[in-house]
Amino acid sequence: MNKQEAKKTQEKASRVREPLFHVIKRDTIPLWKSWMIRVIAILAALLICGLITLVLMGRNPIEMYASMIKGSFGTSRRIWKLLKDTAILLCIALAVTPAFRMKFWNTGAEGQVLVGCLATTACMYYMGGNAPDWLIIICMLVAAVAAGAIWGLIPAIFKAKFNTNETLFTLMMNYVATYLIAYFLLVWTPDGSSSLGRLEHGHLPVLLEDVVGNSYLLILLVVAVLTVGMYIYLKYSKHGYEISVVGESNNTARYIGISVPKVIIRTMLVSGAICGLAGFLIVGGLDHTVTTESAGGQGFTAIMVSWLGKFNPIFMVLTSFLIIFLDQGAAQVSQDFNIRGAFPDIVTGVILFFIIGCEFFINYKIVFRNKKQKEEQA
Amino acid sequence: MNVLSSIFGYLMSAIPLGMTFLYGCTGEIITEKVGHLNLGIPGIMCMGAAGGCAVLQVCMTTGNLPAVLIVILGILGSFLVAGLMGLLYSFLTVSLKANQNVTGLTMTIFGVGLMKFIFSNLEGHMYLKALTYFRYPFSVHMPGSDLRYCGPMVFLAIIIALVASYVLTHTKVGLHLRSVGENPATADAVGINVTAYKYGATIIGSGIAGLGGLFYVMDYAGSQEAYLSIETYGWLAIALVIFTLWRPHLSIFGSMVFGALFVAGSYIPSIPGLHLSMTATPLLKMLPYVVTIIVLAITSVRNKRENQPPAGLGVNYYREDR
Repeated sequence: MNKQEAKKTQEKASRVREPLFHVIKRDTIPLWKSWMIRVIAILAALLICGLITLVLMGRNPIEMYASMIKGSFGTSRRIWKLLKDTAILLCIALAVTPAFRMKFWNTGAEGQVLVGCLATTACMYYMGGNAPDWLIIICMLVAAVAAGAIWGLIPAIFKAKFNTNETLFTLMMNYVATYLIAYFLLVWTPDGSSSLGRLEHGHLPVLLEDVVGNSYLLILLVVAVLTVGMYIYLKYSKHGYEISVVGESNNTARYIGISVPKVIIRTMLVSGAICGLAGFLIVGGLDHTVTTESAGGQGFTAIMVSWLGKFNPIFMVLTSFLIIFLDQGAAQVSQDFNIRGAFPDIVTGVILFFIIGCEFFINYKIVFRNKKQKEEQA
Repeated sequence: MNVLSSIFGYLMSAIPLGMTFLYGCTGEIITEKVGHLNLGIPGIMCMGAAGGCAVLQVCMTTGNLPAVLIVILGILGSFLVAGLMGLLYSFLTVSLKANQNVTGLTMTIFGVGLMKFIFSNLEGHMYLKALTYFRYPFSVHMPGSDLRYCGPMVFLAIIIALVASYVLTHTKVGLHLRSVGENPATADAVGINVTAYKYGATIIGSGIAGLGGLFYVMDYAGSQEAYLSIETYGWLAIALVIFTLWRPHLSIFGSMVFGALFVAGSYIPSIPGLHLSMTATPLLKMLPYVVTIIVLAITSVRNKRENQPPAGLGVNYYREDR
């Protein structure tokens, strides 16, 4: 009797259809395997982009890839530009990383860079001609870092004290920074043209101009030092440890005696200050002027760079390089193929979708029905 | 009388602009109620505009279609394209469990880029021929009047917000939807199909948000360069969600206030007796953003229990998680 019942239930169970596949969380995956999945995703995305060009423009995809590579590595000037752009983007990405590690979604890097640019330009504008260049540069640096830090500090205080939504707060601060620049541009240009032109004083020193042929080397060195410094700060310092704990769980942090508001405010000060530094590098080392487009949306791209690099400064070197390569390459493609509109953004978007999507295959495993049954039988 | 008419003119320019925010805000509320913070709304609104205008261009080139049909086709095209963007977002965040913030930001980068690509291949004078249909009836029967922006899509925005409000608070579907956003595990346990609700709400929400982009280009702005400023309005629409405490019926008024703040920058200098220099214009334009910040701060300081976001907002659901 008992046996018969058992048989019946077994039959019933086998008649209930299992879903076609089943998602299981992976424990850990070897590092090389996870990076292989990412590389495959990027290649697949590039393939899709090639197909899009083929279908939309009727052009050979191989031509497109060649044009992309030419755009980034074609001449030594382009290679330097690639490195310079990578350095600036990496600098901003390094700035947002500590905040992201404690799960503070700082979308305000754009604004923090902009006020850094504004403060730098203000020093150049008011002190130019009245003080020696070295003094101006020191003031520029101090002002830019302070301005960026203040811009990061304001939302941090509200987050720490009242748990205000930091994503939108920092986002709105971007617009405030943009219009602040628009205001100062009107003040500084009495004719109302609101385009300042290149300022003469307070340029950053140019290293080895005879060998390099441009002013980018200093920026590369500063960002390289910053990358190593940030890696050590996050990985080996007490602050870095506190940031990780707050990011994992506020309650745990409180339990082991970390003051969460203090960590939030301190980290955002660091984050904002480095954004300010990026602004200082952009204005002092490259543009020598300010516009409302000085940051050029890199504050948002930096968030991607940081996340794609797993918030690890060393990986972020690779991801920022990848993003700039795509951007510069796609710009060349749109020039060569005469494509109107923001083609680079589309390419970047498609590739980011693939990278975002492939994280699933790193964290989860799909088990199909047939395979599972076979395993059970065996 | 003159003062009255200028106040009326101000309101009639503020309220329709507010509808751009209202579409985005209603869409985002529906998405957030199901637990997904969609930061891709600016990109989705852009794509809504692109999709709608592409359909309109085809309609206007074909010719000989009744005006009502053209308007409906434009709205449908916009809804569909924006809904497709929503499908992409939900596939990545619901099925592939990707980080919502990062996915949303990518949606915005991608959407804005693709929109610029599409618009640079459209002919402005073709799709803008449909402008009179979207601004019907006032721009046709009373050309140049202050009411010219009050076309069918203004009323559609309010109707959608009211319906959304009713569905969310008074129906079984709304109750299920909210329970998924508050606690997906519990909803799953009582037999609600969490995945279906998340997909459905995100796609419909995105579609509604997309209409905001179409409305801005085809009614409020009515110019070839209008598409360049949709992204900004998208971000403000997301801010408006917090401002109006996740309630679509409140967002009708909230969006009008936002619209009023936004056009204030161009109306304040024209107030007689007020002598402002031109340099003040950027500071006036800062107004809506500063007010948003203040409102964000105040709502968080007051911190009432009923004014909180859905408890499951921003967290992806995985059934086997502990």
